[in-house]
Amino acid sequence: MKRKEEAAVLSQECLAPGIYSMWLETGMGKEAAPGQFVSLYSRDGSRLLPRPISLCEIRNDRIRLVYRVAGKGTEEFSCLESGNTVEIMGPFGNGFPLKEAKEKRALLIGGGIGIPPMVEVARQIPGEKQFVMGYRDNQMFLKKELEERGPLFVATEDGSFGTKGTVLDAIRENGLLADVIFACGPLPMLRAVKDYAAAHGILAWISMEERMACGIGACLACVCGSKEVDGHSHVHNKRICKDGPVFSAEEVEF
Amino acid sequence: MNLSVEIAGVTLKNPVMTASGTFGSGEEYSEFVDLNRLGAVVTKGVANVPWPGNPTPRIAETYGGMLNAIGLQNPGIDVFVKRDIPFLKQFDTRVVVNVCGKTTEDYVEVAERLAEEPVDMLEINISCPNVKEGGIAFGQSAKAAEAITRAVKEKAKQPIIMKLSPNVTDISEMARAVEAGGADAVSLINTLTGMKIDIHRRAFALANKTGGLSGPAIKPVAVRMVYQAAQAVKIPVIGMGGILTAEDALEFILAGATAVSVGTANFRNPNTTGEIVEGIGDYMEKYKIQDIRELIGAVG
Repeated sequence: MKRKEEAAVLSQECLAPGIYSMWLETGMGKEAAPGQFVSLYSRDGSRLLPRPISLCEIRNDRIRLVYRVAGKGTEEFSCLESGNTVEIMGPFGNGFPLKEAKEKRALLIGGGIGIPPMVEVARQIPGEKQFVMGYRDNQMFLKKELEERGPLFVATEDGSFGTKGTVLDAIRENGLLADVIFACGPLPMLRAVKDYAAAHGILAWISMEERMACGIGACLACVCGSKEVDGHSHVHNKRICKDGPVFSAEEVEF
Repeated sequence: MNLSVEIAGVTLKNPVMTASGTFGSGEEYSEFVDLNRLGAVVTKGVANVPWPGNPTPRIAETYGGMLNAIGLQNPGIDVFVKRDIPFLKQFDTRVVVNVCGKTTEDYVEVAERLAEEPVDMLEINISCPNVKEGGIAFGQSAKAAEAITRAVKEKAKQPIIMKLSPNVTDISEMARAVEAGGADAVSLINTLTGMKIDIHRRAFALANKTGGLSGPAIKPVAVRMVYQAAQAVKIPVIGMGGILTAEDALEFILAGATAVSVGTANFRNPNTTGEIVEGIGDYMEKYKIQDIRELIGAVG
């Protein structure tokens, strides 16, 4: 039987305002894949639900989570230090289909707190790759980790670094070409990526996000519209936690 | 030590069941909890045809609880009969199918479709606060509740449990109404209608605006209503609402519940039901209780 586990916190670091990086000691790294997520549980009984957080880096005996403090639960996690433990469960979800990038030019696109999962994708993906990351401003995070693995292009909303505007502006400005796209970020960005990929005939895989409760596909809280009838309820609702979070851009409608 | 209880002639190996809508049909949870240990699995509501449910966001966390407005997304009875019942029959546990509908005919149709299926009981959901038609419309009027109970009971082959809403003025009246309609048992409470507002976005937290509040925040309300219902009717009462631990479950049993359902707690720990079965056993050992039935309604 699968269970929650107590994972030891190895380190905690603030990377940018409100953005934290935590390494956890856990054996789940052995089975985890880029694009999957883990559920983290608060110690405070008034906060019942797990917080789903994507895997930023994966090693055999540890995982790295880079997350935004969005409320009291994530604030609690940001106060954990080396020597503390945290309850986690996972890994959950499907992850990015990296084999789709074999012998192709891959473009990895991340926006805001959608950037962290792209780091492990960048590490594991075979073949030619380029990265386009969108930040709010020049308080950038995970830049070094990405630059080590391929050419990085940056867009900032305020123009304080790289291209002023969105990741799509950066793609156009730099004339970036790709056969396959992997993307994670806010919905407006994913919508733009979906449209761009469709217009250029590029295969795109996008990681979706929604409020979750169970995290294992039972409660049907985190659904997104799908073109095809889904396998679970036979309507047009894929479960983000179980059928995703990564979907072919053509498959989901949002 | 005996943990088994009986509801309408159906023996449950212990009084711990899952609460409808929080556990699917058990498949996803079977990786985390041994379904053979449970008194019964109560499935997510199933209608005569597939329902797409509500727009997202469908849930929001609240202090000590959560709001949900899933809207009873379900695959419809045809898929359910082909896929979910055979899955559950692999396990040594009772199968209770939660039935939802928009009209009396919908409910009756599902009950009829299940007549020859190997399920132990039906739980009739007349209390979902998140669907506009049916559901709650039957659950807030004693007259309507009695009428739909009678209509379903007439066609159902299995015992029927009527699932009651707490969003009523007098829970005793509702319990008596479904008993008069022929219900074999009542279960309560479904969720309390609530609302959460995101002050930063100045928007409703749920796309549906309102949702059903569940979790430990509602437990005292639930214990009170289970007590009142148990006082009001002779048929067995199944208690639920915010159960996280064996201690919580025992409160409901002492208040008069023959069995309990565990819902929202599954989201915090998917093995909660298994741990509650164990914890009830520990309590009985500690207080030298030979038979769990001695505890039912034993408060006061």
